Amino acid sequence: MTISRRRFILGTTVVGGGLLIGYASTRPSKHSIANRDAGEQPYLTTWLRISPDNTVTVIVPHSEMGQGILTSLPMMAADEMDADWDMVHVEQAPATDLFANGVLVKGFAESLGVSVPGFLNGVAAAGAMKIAEIMNMQITGGSSSVRFTGEQGMRVAGAAAREMLIKAAAARLDVPESELSTSLSYVRHSASGRTLSYGELASDAARFEPASAPRLKDPKDFTLMGKSIPRIDIPAKVDGTALYGIDAEAPGMLYAAVRTSPVFGNKLSSVNADVALQRRGVVKVIELDNAVAVVADNYWRAKQALAALDIRFEETANNQVTTQSIYAQYDDALLGELSKDVEEGDAAAALADAQSVVEATYRVPYLAHAAMEPMNCTVHFHDGKCDVWTGTQDNLGIRGRVAKIAEMDENDVTMHAFYLGGGFGRRLPTDTNTIDQATLIAKHFDVPVKTLWSREDDIQQDYYRPAVTSKFRGGFDANNQLIAWENHYIGKNEPAEAAHTPYAIPNKHIAYAESETHVPFGAWRSVAHSQHTFFLESFVDELAHRSGQNPYQFRLNMLADKPRHAAVLKAAAERAGWERNLAPGRAQGIALQESFGSIVAQVAEVSITEAGQVRVHRVTCAIDCGRSINPDTVASQAESGVIFGLTAALYGEITIDQGRVMQNNFTDYEMITLQDAPEIDIVTVESGEALGGMGEPATPPIAAAVANAVYILTGQRVRELPLKNYRFTAVPNESAV
Amino acid sequence: MARFRVNGVEQELDIEPDMPLLWALRDELGLKGTKFGCGVAACGACTVQVNGNPVRSCVTPVSAIEGSDVKTIEGLATNVGGITAVQQAWIDHQVPQCGYCQSGMIMAVSALLESNPSPSDADIDGAITNVCRCGTYPRIRRAIKSLTATA
Repeated sequence: MTISRRRFILGTTVVGGGLLIGYASTRPSKHSIANRDAGEQPYLTTWLRISPDNTVTVIVPHSEMGQGILTSLPMMAADEMDADWDMVHVEQAPATDLFANGVLVKGFAESLGVSVPGFLNGVAAAGAMKIAEIMNMQITGGSSSVRFTGEQGMRVAGAAAREMLIKAAAARLDVPESELSTSLSYVRHSASGRTLSYGELASDAARFEPASAPRLKDPKDFTLMGKSIPRIDIPAKVDGTALYGIDAEAPGMLYAAVRTSPVFGNKLSSVNADVALQRRGVVKVIELDNAVAVVADNYWRAKQALAALDIRFEETANNQVTTQSIYAQYDDALLGELSKDVEEGDAAAALADAQSVVEATYRVPYLAHAAMEPMNCTVHFHDGKCDVWTGTQDNLGIRGRVAKIAEMDENDVTMHAFYLGGGFGRRLPTDTNTIDQATLIAKHFDVPVKTLWSREDDIQQDYYRPAVTSKFRGGFDANNQLIAWENHYIGKNEPAEAAHTPYAIPNKHIAYAESETHVPFGAWRSVAHSQHTFFLESFVDELAHRSGQNPYQFRLNMLADKPRHAAVLKAAAERAGWERNLAPGRAQGIALQESFGSIVAQVAEVSITEAGQVRVHRVTCAIDCGRSINPDTVASQAESGVIFGLTAALYGEITIDQGRVMQNNFTDYEMITLQDAPEIDIVTVESGEALGGMGEPATPPIAAAVANAVYILTGQRVRELPLKNYRFTAVPNESAV
Repeated sequence: MARFRVNGVEQELDIEPDMPLLWALRDELGLKGTKFGCGVAACGACTVQVNGNPVRSCVTPVSAIEGSDVKTIEGLATNVGGITAVQQAWIDHQVPQCGYCQSGMIMAVSALLESNPSPSDADIDGAITNVCRCGTYPRIRRAIKSLTATA
């Protein structure tokens, strides 16, 4: 299929004639949603515009950060309305109330009652936020866009448009609607051979009310959904024309470089600003509460001047915190009173009666997001208004944040959308330290100011994936059956089910302790699944080996009442040739997890290098996300998720000493590159069940899959990550099954 | 004065000799296709070609490229509005995700294939050390292989 090269326009407003299908009028009021029953008419704010030239424009209320959402969502609308894909254009919704995405809120409301997922507010106050307060959201996260906005928004909007166009054609041709059919942006009356384009019909169609519950296509009739349609954002990403927030350009723009207190929470004491002001291009030195900004006519000059300054920060008790002190605090917390997560049967009694008990303690470190595009935000205050140029996972949310910091009405703040040079949770409206600084700095000027963080700022001023400690006990009866599962862990985060294992075990006791630190934390691709799946699937593997059972068969035996999980596990094992024909010195590990509505199983094929390091050769990844909307995008998200999780498993470690992050850049916060990227083989299980997300679910299982293979090769059980900290010796392990 | 050619056009800039080429390109010449990733030559997002060789522009002072030919992603294709075979392979294999690293990736791969049209896997691993946080590596390798197979 030929794709015209420029079909996506960022941040334009909706203008022009023709049919505009939106549902803003049916959007519930800001405060009523918490009381709405599920199953009422969809809260649609997805929009379609049909122009007289027969092009269809789909307006997408999400941000493109590489997940292909600017293609997948329009595919869903275009398919339902039988639009000609070659004539479909895409726009990102402007950040105005009219385009707030009620469908997304509804999706979360249905899946989580009225509670709000923690990634929406990131830090300790998770759950306190009322859903009504986040009505104004264009948030991109939680692997949610296709399954909520797409399934309940885009498809319905497309189907409603098709019905309106048929009504208009029936009136124009004076024939019954039942004699009309649609395809490729035309309505046809086959009996007379007459056709009318959607463009010709658009203004007539606009006179009809859009149905709130139009008839949706049967999947067998899909023309676009289920096909690997090339992504519309890719051409601009190969010729250098794709614009990210960092590329924002405005007349008279200045640049700010910032140094923030390396110890979280500590304030600025003093700075010798004069030293910077003598340098070429430097315009101003600004003291913020916990930071110093140098503003110059070029970023490099600002950065050089900043480096010349003697900046002092106050010292507090936070200066005493280390990784070790945090882990000690966690250990104490786990000995104290715990809050209940899951209680099934009587795990304590079962453990007391057990023939054998296996115990283990796992932990994982803090992690930074390290999106490739360093954090940045350009702000311009003028004439009592404000313009903001930045790439975010929620333009409406960031608009609100800037307005709050600037003490302005949010309707006076105009957001300019950009591609995101990676999101992974870092560009959510909860993680706004860069945005806040940019706003406060720009307040000093009447020209635009681009605040740009260095990579060091990015690594050291993140909202980190939390470090977690997790303790387990498992008990077997005399028949070698797993009868008890006990898990005590630190910090309940989102999603709520992250520490739950799918296996049928009669007695389960899962409980947690909160243990706050001064280290800011936030959502990191797959959120709490990223830690817990490593713990759960490693400990299950330990239990299999300790009871002399094959780790694959052991899992399968406990999935009798979870046929989808069993099918995915089998698909991964079969595709990978589980434990068959492995090259000498290699072993396989397996892991399984459901997250964000999708089930993923992975088999990692691993060896140990002469230097005692882990080498992952091949990853087989089986996925049941219900149905693939764009199969190639499903595959690319799975590949991406595997590499992201594997990077963390092999290298990822943020350590704290004297209250601050010790890592600086990619030199000591290492990334996988081409040479250590494994071959990745994707197999999808098309169950036809409800759609699951794909942005995150491939990330959780990989660490355990690799560590489980390492055990077979070395006899060493990996209970802490990252793997780079070990020097392994490959030894034949007689006990490994 | 710093003097060098960028995409065939002579440039004369009144900038400090130690200003890295990256910031001269982005902030002085407005060429935004070359990206800032790390500032320490660790990620390759800023890769451009200087006299045909891949160079990490974030640590290359303009004084070091006096009189040289600099090629950026904007100047990679010689036909106006067109794209090169490498760029086409990137589309065919749907390589980019967030896309931020891909300018540098494409500049590095283009330089590699120019000097070595049939690189082995080891050659590729040695030459392409750029970081892609989205993990598009399997597709990058496939795209490179598709170009070498026809070379």
